[in-house]
Amino acid sequence: MNDTGTYLYAVTRGAGRNRAESLAGVGGTPVRTITHAGLVAYVSTVPLDQFGSQPLQRSMEDLDWLGDTARAHHAVVEAVAEGSPTAPVRLVTVYTDDDQVRNLLSRRRDDFVEVLSRITDRQEWGVKVYMDLAGAPPVEERAEGGGPGAAYLRRRQASLRGREEAWREAASRAEQIHDVLSSFATASHRHRAQDPELSGRKELMILNGAYLVDLSRAEEFARLAEGLRGEGVDIELTGPWAPYSFAELAEPDEPGVADDD
Amino acid sequence: MTIEEPRGAALAREGRLPSERVALVDLLDRLLAGGVVVSGDLVLSIADIDLVRISVRALITSVRDGDTIGDGIRR
Repeated sequence: MNDTGTYLYAVTRGAGRNRAESLAGVGGTPVRTITHAGLVAYVSTVPLDQFGSQPLQRSMEDLDWLGDTARAHHAVVEAVAEGSPTAPVRLVTVYTDDDQVRNLLSRRRDDFVEVLSRITDRQEWGVKVYMDLAGAPPVEERAEGGGPGAAYLRRRQASLRGREEAWREAASRAEQIHDVLSSFATASHRHRAQDPELSGRKELMILNGAYLVDLSRAEEFARLAEGLRGEGVDIELTGPWAPYSFAELAEPDEPGVADDD
Repeated sequence: MTIEEPRGAALAREGRLPSERVALVDLLDRLLAGGVVVSGDLVLSIADIDLVRISVRALITSVRDGDTIGDGIRR
């Protein structure tokens, strides 16, 4: 049985403006290309004692390992994306050998070509929107009869109502902002909002959006996004990214599945 | 906080950020939930998103206290 696998980073159409040999891949492995069916796959040979499914179960929970691996994967994708339209592949996708990758390239050729033409001359931008729910105005308390128990219940209900309204308001602001950005972008995708512990901010993240934008309209998009800030809403722009969020291949036998939500 | 000009416009002009300045959490959003996935294929391994998300979350939380990440492009 083989003790190495073929780690796949990205697929492109064109040939060799991107020098694979100059890149360092995951675990410090050299990067090379497999050219087949008019496509180019960027790959590394990786040891299965690190990249087999068993060892990965453990190492994916090791933050240092995961961070290093994610950054190495990302660095390869970025370098490749600088040279030509690039479909990034999900982290730790490992094939048994190069033949399996060739098989993938010929089998899904049309789907890759479709993705690559969709993202050509476009970049992904991330927009994270935060809202300070604690700053929502308190619901006014009406003076009514009853004992301290009744007053407590009223306060509690009022606070729950206030909270609910704040959440509704946040959700609708998120929708509005996403609509504005989506109508400017070619495609959009909503990632799950990051937990405050992950985002590092105390405000609630109400939108974690990704937008595919024409290269020539990047500055305009950035201005649009920045302009949506205000009224208790803060906006963080990240990118430009390689089109990670828009690299979904059509389902086999189901052409035209939209990436958009 | 002072804002001289929208950061995004500056970002757009500069082009890509060096990958070491990208916040890990934003990167993982894309690397674990995005990218090409070929299901039903002869892959030996591929990240199990939900499994990973849970543990990564706990890990990042504990690491953040030590302030070794969070040095992303935000201020």
